[in-house]
This record gives sequence, structure tokens and C-alpha cells, in this order.
Amino acid sequence: MPALLGLAFLALPPAGLLIRAPWSTLPQRLAEPGVLAALRLSVLTASLATLVCLALGVPLAWVLARSGLPGVRYARALITVPLVLPPVVGGVALLLVFGRRGLIGGWLDATFGFSLPFTTAGVVVAEAFVAMPFLVIAVEGALRGADARYEEAAATLGAGRWTAFRRVTLPLIAPGVAAGAVLCWARALGEFGATITFAGNFPGRTQTMPLAVYLALEQDVDAAIVLSLVLLVVSVVILAALRDRWIGAR
Amino acid sequence: MRIRLPAVIAATLALVACGGTGSPAAAPGGGGGGTVTVLAAASLTEAFTRIGQDFERTRPGTTVTFSFGGSSNLAQQITAGAPADVFAAASPDAMATVTDAGDAAAEPVTLVRNQLVIAVPKDNPGGIRRLADLTTVKVALCAEQVPCGSAAAKALTAAGVTLTPVTLEQDVKAALAKVKLGEVDAALVYRTDAKAAAAEVDGIEFPESAAAVNDYPIVALKNAPNPSGAQAFIAYVQSEPARQVLAEAGFQRP
Repeated sequence: MPALLGLAFLALPPAGLLIRAPWSTLPQRLAEPGVLAALRLSVLTASLATLVCLALGVPLAWVLARSGLPGVRYARALITVPLVLPPVVGGVALLLVFGRRGLIGGWLDATFGFSLPFTTAGVVVAEAFVAMPFLVIAVEGALRGADARYEEAAATLGAGRWTAFRRVTLPLIAPGVAAGAVLCWARALGEFGATITFAGNFPGRTQTMPLAVYLALEQDVDAAIVLSLVLLVVSVVILAALRDRWIGAR
Repeated sequence: MRIRLPAVIAATLALVACGGTGSPAAAPGGGGGGTVTVLAAASLTEAFTRIGQDFERTRPGTTVTFSFGGSSNLAQQITAGAPADVFAAASPDAMATVTDAGDAAAEPVTLVRNQLVIAVPKDNPGGIRRLADLTTVKVALCAEQVPCGSAAAKALTAAGVTLTPVTLEQDVKAALAKVKLGEVDAALVYRTDAKAAAAEVDGIEFPESAAAVNDYPIVALKNAPNPSGAQAFIAYVQSEPARQVLAEAGFQRP
């Protein structure tokens, strides 16, 4: 019985979106240029953020799982901070570091005349900050599950560290990396707090779908429902497709 | 989300408090007693907090609970059934959401008026003196879906100034925060918000803001758990001491 209640609790709100959706005016509302722009920006930034997380997160996970360096325990605790931090706080923290008057951002602005907030790159930074722990934890788990003896065997056969990682370790943990990347992408797609705080809100540049939903709610509930519906469909379709392809293959 | 949760908590607390302290009619002083739950526009935060304290002092046994947020968002909460006694909005449009849904107990009255100013950081790095200067610097505006954003659009149209802001913020306090942090060189905010943050920002008056004066209507709600408390609070905010507080905050009389 509690299991059924749990299922209903999770399944009812999305069903509510479907029930309240203004089906008759749906085609016109979907054709509005703002919807497409926000969707395109959301998919683009979530994908870029996932790439950033892969490029930085996989090596980080490897160090955490394999290096045996002294401070690893503390490093692991540090990477979980963005996981438990409210995203809005993350956005403020990002502003204090990468903002125009921030620690690093001030230097960037003074030297290159470049500042991250209010740019699409800023959205990617905010999303990557919030989503990367998901990837690191998933990949580290996969690495711990993979047998390190294969890497040692590769090393005895003359493979360098990089070759062993690329040819032996990576194929071994591929399902874990894929699962981590999917989680990371989904988290980045739904990111709201850090994005609106750090990157602001401007249509076509930094207004992702969740921001568009929030602002639409201020004025027109139906528009917010339509946007939410699009986000729901996109996430379900992409997650389902990736699941069959990668994770299901395990 | 950020604005909703406190309102829900406040409303829940109010319900619990009302249930616990008994019927408001039993309180002395005729009208008042118990807890009065007030949903008010974010720009009323400082003034209403002070007025609430004064109100509680003049009526022992009465507690005022505030939930401040974007007016349109609060209006949605009321039509969705949030238990509250009084609603004070930053625009007639937001109020219309509530009156059109039949959730108001009476005709709203205009409490105060507010005007926009240009908020700049203390050192004014953009060297801004008038509205036209905003075209060359980084500017934060409110999104047009919220009252301060539609007022900004009206003022800019009246001035014939076209500008591309770097961000359209979800409420006036968020736009002001971007100025305080120095991330933008200027933002169009209410005079009252610039005044409340006078330690960190300067407010620059501009004549075109006269084209976009915001009326703040206030009303008692139909499903108020404490209707006599609602009447007493609305009468008090229109009294001379409360008007004084509102004027000090930078509001104009209607």
C-alpha cells in the first residue's frame, strides 16, 4: 500500500499537466517563436554542460577511485557540495567567483573584457556546476566496480597509463559513464536556480525552458503548462531512447 | 519555488494559529485579535513589516503574518485557494486576477503609488545621469510579466529609448540584487526599492517615469479565516501613522 501511494505521489503531478493542458490551442502555442528558442537553448546548453562534465568529471572520478592519494576523502566530500547546496546558493557562489566583480571574473573582465554572467556560456557553467557531481559519482562507482587487474595486465604488456585508460578502462566502465552522462544531462536540462541567479534571464540567450515556465506562470498559466509539457515530453523521449541504447545493454 | 514555499508555510501556520487562539470576535477592542495573514507585493516588504509591528503593538493579542512575493504569483496562490486575509498588489492587473475570480470580499482601494528610478551602484561605473545613458551600459530590467517590467516598458516607450537589457529578472528585488553585486551598471526599479537599499545603490530620478506610475490596490479576501482582522489591518494601513511609514519608504499618496 505505501508503495502504491508512493507511485501515485510521483505519477499524479505529471498526469495533472496532461489533464490541465489546453489541447485545443496547443498547436498555436507551440508555434510561438519563444517556445522553440527556449527549447533549442535548453537542449544546447544541457548538452554542452554534459560535455564539459565528461571532459572534467571522468578524469576526476578516476583520480578519486584509483589514485590512492591522501586527500581523496576530502576531495570526494567537496564534490558532493553542489549536490546538496540549494541551486540558488550555487548561483550566488558562482557570481562571487565568476561575476564581473568576482575573484576570477574580475580578472577575466579586466584582462580580456569578458564576463560570464548573462551569456549562454554562463548558463553552461551554472548547469555544469550543478550537474557534474552526478556524473562523477556514477563514474567513480563504475570504476570501483571494474577490476583494476585488467589495467595492471595492460600495464605489464607495455601500455602507458593513457593507453590503458583509453583501451581498457573506458570500455569497461562505458555503461557507467553513459548512465552518469544521462543523469547529468537530465539535471542540467531541469536546472533553474543557479541559472536564473548566475546567467539571468534573456530570451534566446539565457532563457532556458524552466525559466520560461516560471515567468510564464506569472501571467498565463496555460502557457506555463504548454512549456512544461514540452519539457516533460523531451526528457521522457530522450531518456527512454538513451536507456534502450546504452544502459539497457548492460 | 522560491516565492511559493514561504507563502504556503505562512498560510499553514496561520491556519494552525487561528484554530488555536479561538474565534477572532472574542478578542477585545472590536475587530482584530488572532492572526491576520497578509500577502503583499515584494516592494512593500520594508514598509509593511514596520506597519505590521506597529499594528501588533496597538492591538495586543493580534499577530500579523506576511508573505511577500511577486504580485502575479501571489494572485495565483489566492485563486488556487491559499488561506489569506488581505492581499496588497503592486498593480491593478494582479489585483484583477483575484477580483475576476471572485475571491475579493469588497472593492479594492488604492493604497499608494510607486514610480521607477534608475538604480546604480554607489560608484556609478557607467556614469549614468538620465534614461538615455542606459543604451550603452549593462542594464537589468524586470520581465514584462511582472508589474515593474511592464512599468519599465511603458517608461522606455514614453521616453523613446530603445535598449537591450542583459537580463529580464523575475522580480524587482532580483533586478536590484544584480546592481548591488555590481554585475550590471543599472536597473530600473521602484523608488522604494532603491531607498531600502540606499546603503549600496543610488536611485536616479527620471522624468519619464511619470508615464508609468504603479497603483497599489489592497483588498480583504472573501475566504479570509479572520475577516474582522482583515478589516482592522486595512483600516490601519490607511491611518495617518501608517501613511507616514509608507511615505518614508518612498511611496506616494494616491
